[in-house]
Amino acid sequence: MSANNLQLDDNGKLQHFLSIEGLNQQILTEILDTAESFTSVTDRVIKKVPILRGKTVANLFFEASTRTRSTFELAEQRLSADILSLNVDTSATVKGESLLDTIHNLEAMQIDMFVIRHKDSGSAHFFAQHVRPGVSVLNAGDGQHEHPTQAMLDMFTIRHHKQDFTRLRVAIVGDIMHSRVARSQIHALNLLNTAEVRVIAPKTLLPIDTESLGVQLYDDLEQGLLDVDVVIMLRLQKERMRGALLPSEKEYFNQFGLTQDRLRRAKPDAIVMHPGPANRGVEIESSVMDGNQSVILQQVGFGISVRMAVMSMIVGRSGLQAGE
Amino acid sequence: MALPSVETLIEKLIQALKPYFPSNLPPVEQPIIIGIETGGYWIADAIHRAIAPETDLGRLNITFYRDDFTKIGLHPTVKPSNLPTDIDDRTIILVDDVLHSGRTVRAAMNEIFDYGRPQRIILAILIDRGEREIPIQADIVAETIQLEPGNHIKLDGPEPLQLTIKSKIDHVS
Repeated sequence: MSANNLQLDDNGKLQHFLSIEGLNQQILTEILDTAESFTSVTDRVIKKVPILRGKTVANLFFEASTRTRSTFELAEQRLSADILSLNVDTSATVKGESLLDTIHNLEAMQIDMFVIRHKDSGSAHFFAQHVRPGVSVLNAGDGQHEHPTQAMLDMFTIRHHKQDFTRLRVAIVGDIMHSRVARSQIHALNLLNTAEVRVIAPKTLLPIDTESLGVQLYDDLEQGLLDVDVVIMLRLQKERMRGALLPSEKEYFNQFGLTQDRLRRAKPDAIVMHPGPANRGVEIESSVMDGNQSVILQQVGFGISVRMAVMSMIVGRSGLQAGE
Repeated sequence: MALPSVETLIEKLIQALKPYFPSNLPPVEQPIIIGIETGGYWIADAIHRAIAPETDLGRLNITFYRDDFTKIGLHPTVKPSNLPTDIDDRTIILVDDVLHSGRTVRAAMNEIFDYGRPQRIILAILIDRGEREIPIQADIVAETIQLEPGNHIKLDGPEPLQLTIKSKIDHVS
């Protein structure tokens, strides 16, 4: 499935934000630079800029979310948008026809931008194919496919601490198979020319196509962590586990949990990241999560600036050159 | 058309602005000089160095406040706004290079009021080229010029600062 043409308009500007795959380094860097200029908005008396004034954004969450949803909402509010948030019943099977019906009903309400999270891979793409011209779709996580704004806030966090991607060794640890975050991160790290991307996971939690993504595979945490600059821990997605993929959570922690001891194998100034929500004592030890190498809470704050950046770029896409 | 030198014009602004900075006031009570990115900031920087180097210098990037934002888009290369944290009850000297439609100044004032409530804003402009589209006038103008229809004037810099007149056609290409 190529989201390429759909995401970019005729001038190569962002019109939907569906996946990192299909984007280019220039757009990723533009998102990071723009997000940088939004970080200062948070320090002001009035934490708002009028970019989305008069626009309506609908947040459609067909799947549970705390961080992503609330930081999207805050980002929209700081851009002065009118917002509508719908929590669609997760137990209902929402597919094909009924999803189309949802789109058309919301379109009748003159929505300018949709933020969508759905359990089916490709749903944001499907949505984008069916909205009217001029209406934009942002993917807030689709099944096991991608979660592009999360990946961009992770890239923002890495750049904030480490600047130059071309000298970095980054390890992504854990449940790669079920992780849309990991897929987006790997694409983004590669587009930004990261020196080395390692994926560390039990063999049962690696998807089949990982090697084609251009990463180094490790099934031993201690070997994989050696001399890395960035450690990204992933959540063990218990709700997506089908079949006997793991013996037990305890066993998983014994082999793949990030402890203080194991973290010492990474570079002394390595940072520890986690997209949340974290399972303390399953994939990460509490003392690491709260330790001084952890930038996990910073990631949440950066999420607002990055989401503001993506939405502004979409709204301002018809931009030519400024001048008096 | 012969254009005046930027240095001469900046010197005019400096002389006109000096009375706003009484020597008996401490820096925290002096006016705050704020330049609009990019040209206005270069001018503001020169004025700041000459008159009140011990005060804070502010920078405004009005991109997010432009009324034509959806038409012209973002410019991530322009440095973000940076104002001294507390502008409440202060006098602000707002500096820009060229005053034309007045929309830039309107956007700049909207942004300033999102940082606080200044006591007063003084607008200082290097070149006033007229043709206003909204009722905004400068308090201090170094030079007023008239341009041929379709032409526009631009300040290049920061080193050296130089004014050039360009035709719309050159600009687009």
